[in-house]
Amino acid sequence: MLSPNTHWNKTLLWAMIGIAILFILERTLPITIVTNWIWHLLILGIGYLIFRLPQLERMRTIVVAVLPLIIINTIKDLLKIIYLPLYEQIDNYLDFAIVFSIAWMIAMLLRSNKQNRALKKERQKTLAEEERNKFISAQKEKLELIVEERTAEITKQKDELMHAFTELKNTQSQLIQSEKMASLGELTAGIAHEIQNPLNFVNNFSDVNTELIDELSEEVEKGNLDEVKTIAKDIKENEQKINHHGKRADAIVKGMLLHSRSSSGVKEPTDINKLCDEYLRLAYHGLRAKDKSFNATMKTDFDKSIGTINIIPQDIGRVVLNLLTNAFYEVSAFANSSKEDLANLASSEDQYKPTVSLSTKKTKNGITISVKDNGNGITEKVKEKIFQPFFTTKPTGQGTGLGLSMSYDIVTKGHNGKLKVESEQGKGTTFTISLPLEQKT
Amino acid sequence: MKILVVDDEQDVKLLFQQRFRKEIRNKELHFAFAFSGEEALTYLGELNHEAVLILSDINMPGMSGLELLEQIKKNFLKPPPVVMMITAYGDKENYDTAMRLGADDFLTKPLEFGILKEKLKALL
Ligand SMILES: Nc1ncnc2c1ncn2[C@@H]1O[C@H](COP(=O)(O)OP(=O)(O)O)[C@@H](O)[C@H]1O
Ligand SMILES: [Mg+2]
Repeated sequence: MLSPNTHWNKTLLWAMIGIAILFILERTLPITIVTNWIWHLLILGIGYLIFRLPQLERMRTIVVAVLPLIIINTIKDLLKIIYLPLYEQIDNYLDFAIVFSIAWMIAMLLRSNKQNRALKKERQKTLAEEERNKFISAQKEKLELIVEERTAEITKQKDELMHAFTELKNTQSQLIQSEKMASLGELTAGIAHEIQNPLNFVNNFSDVNTELIDELSEEVEKGNLDEVKTIAKDIKENEQKINHHGKRADAIVKGMLLHSRSSSGVKEPTDINKLCDEYLRLAYHGLRAKDKSFNATMKTDFDKSIGTINIIPQDIGRVVLNLLTNAFYEVSAFANSSKEDLANLASSEDQYKPTVSLSTKKTKNGITISVKDNGNGITEKVKEKIFQPFFTTKPTGQGTGLGLSMSYDIVTKGHNGKLKVESEQGKGTTFTISLPLEQKT
Repeated sequence: MKILVVDDEQDVKLLFQQRFRKEIRNKELHFAFAFSGEEALTYLGELNHEAVLILSDINMPGMSGLELLEQIKKNFLKPPPVVMMITAYGDKENYDTAMRLGADDFLTKPLEFGILKEKLKALL
């Protein structure tokens, strides 16, 4: 298609004026022979142009259609000038050729018409497609804009969340620290009590030895050799006791430091029964010291075949302590709530006896530690939530709600173990820690 | 008269033997030892109404000293044994319970052996 530009417009105008002048000249003056040739040359020139100019490519079929006619006409006129007798001789043939070329022209034009229509259709299709593409790309742009906006929004939200998350993490570690401190507070009372016993022994045996040493010098003066020997033996025995209980106190202090320190994270062979026993005493005396009216029976059932197992002792110790503290809390709360109901019961045998049992057991491929209480139990609804951080049913100030969630993490993440709970309403609860023998490092 | 000392700490035995060695040697005082409430009851059961003074710790694993006290006061009537309770927790609740259950005396740890000695001698 020709682009409608001024250059072509002008050229066509001039061409049209030229043709009009020629036409008028031909009609008014007897110069048909000349004008005929001009026409011929013009037509040939147009044909040439059509084949030369790429813009006119679409006209080529028309040229091809009319070309035979033009050529034959030209030859006819040429022959008329050059050699008239031959012209007259073949005039009939030439007329024939003209008929043929007209037929050819019609056929070609029809074809080209058809082609044109097909082309038009094609063009329409491309146009529609272009239109559609344009629409799509516009949509795309719109979408991209929306996506960009959303992305910015999401990024902002993410940043905010990250910020909140870090803040939460900080708070959590602070809370964990305070839970540790709270349990340490509970422990210190227990520890103080635990140290009191060996300290009493140290003091007493040392007093006794002071007396014995005085007696010893008396007996030496008397020359009572047998007596001297017995006293010397006693002194030595007492000295061993002093030493033993001194070390015991030392171990308790060390245990306390171990507990207050953050976890070493190092697994070491640990005597499970000893660990359990230590923390049972600490938990019991800790509560006892805090709440003077508290009293509960402790029962232990330790599997002697259990030996040592690779664990992080202060972490598992903390878990055992948490479970015991919860159990003691539960039984003493239950005792208080049922005191009134039972106050009028005559026989003390029918009275509720708060009891917490701690047992260890060797299993096929590991060990279990169970903490059982005869408290009120945990309802199904509460049970679902007890391992969640900050879930507590205790009054403010008495529970952080972190004990069990921390315990759960220590057992499952830290030791590839399991922490399970079984509970029966009105009967009590059992928490069981299962630890595999083979600890992945 | 025998004095039965009940405490879960094994070394209490040696300590008493040392603290009262003169009295033991002079046969002024006789001691027996039990390391749990249950053991104490068995011991008392085997003894045929012999007069006994019992010195018991309160906080012990298994049967507590208070339970032991209750059992003794209920089951061993003749002659009524003297029961002195010893505890690290000299709080009112403990004291009241002990008294309600019929304890004859209430001592707190750490024991003052001088005072205990006098109390024992006065009683016998
Ligand atoms: N032995 C138990 N008996 C009854 N309820 C328990 C027992 N142990 C834990 N729970 C429940 O689980 C909750 C969460 O315990 P925990 O995570 O240790 O936090 P906290 O002791 O600070 O409340 C407790 O508030 C209590 O409701
Ligand atoms: Mg807790």
